[in-house]
Amino acid sequence: MMADPHIGFIIAAYAVAAATIGAMIGWVVLDARRLRAQLDEATVALDAARGAKTGERQ
Amino acid sequence: MNASLDRVFTPPIRRIAAPFALAYESPSMVNLANPTTFVELTRRVLPWLVGVTAVLFAAGLWLSVAAPPDYQQGETVKIMYLHVPAAWMATFIYAVMTAAALGTLVWRHPLADAAQKAAAPLGAGFTFICLVTGSLWGKPMWGTFWVWDARLTSVLVLFILYLGLIALWRAIEEPGRAAKAAAILTLVGAVDLPIIKFSVDWWNTLHQPASVFRLGGPTIAPELLAPLLVMSLAFTCLFLTLHLMAIRNEVLRRRIARVTMLAAVEGDRLAPRLAARGA
Repeated sequence: MMADPHIGFIIAAYAVAAATIGAMIGWVVLDARRLRAQLDEATVALDAARGAKTGERQ
Repeated sequence: MNASLDRVFTPPIRRIAAPFALAYESPSMVNLANPTTFVELTRRVLPWLVGVTAVLFAAGLWLSVAAPPDYQQGETVKIMYLHVPAAWMATFIYAVMTAAALGTLVWRHPLADAAQKAAAPLGAGFTFICLVTGSLWGKPMWGTFWVWDARLTSVLVLFILYLGLIALWRAIEEPGRAAKAAAILTLVGAVDLPIIKFSVDWWNTLHQPASVFRLGGPTIAPELLAPLLVMSLAFTCLFLTLHLMAIRNEVLRRRIARVTMLAAVEGDRLAPRLAARGA
């Protein structure tokens, strides 16, 4: 296979496909991590607001 | 069941709509419309999907390397194992988005717009792979990276449609309006799907006509067809895995917006009282 005169085109095609699939996987996984961190922060802020409200009532 | 059908549908429509009503009223459909249930479902299904995708990719790549060279194209035919599955996924994902657009506009399914939004970048990715690998296959076979023939141009239009939809979601801030506008654009753009499929029959193109899904059966030798089908299954499983994960991300994004808004409302309610107490 490596002796094929068009081996460069084959390798380039597989490299581009691997890079694009890697980018798609990275986008989804990193987005999930970022969103989970943001949700944790927002939940802490909500709990703090509710806690302050409860404290204010007492 | 009958009472609810009578409540929802007028008698002339009832006979036509009964199967849809049955599907809508079934517990599974109601449960899937619940984002929390959906997230729980993805948590259970995703590890299996990831495993199946990895196994299929390993088998598909091994079969691709082991496949014999084509008698005309030589080893260059190996690009087919990427190009054709990517092309199928490019159109399949747009078909999924079209169904989701109908879900948004007609049935107002709570997850339809999330499914549509999550699919667009994946569709763009697979279309990009299709265009680039096709170009890299075209140079040694046709002597050129690109020609403006009907098949290539209609796939390029599909890629631009995906990018346009991603831009539309980013441009409109209000999620409901963005979903509706994107659904309308998706339905309009669906006209490109039959053009892509039949372009090689309707016009005289440099791109070859269908050789797998055609009347009379595939024209590809079984030794070359087997890796192609396994790679196609691998690409399909990859899309399903990434799509489920991306929809789950959209559900998370909505939760963040809701929790942030609730925190702001609680803070606003509290602020005057705290200020008064401070004074």
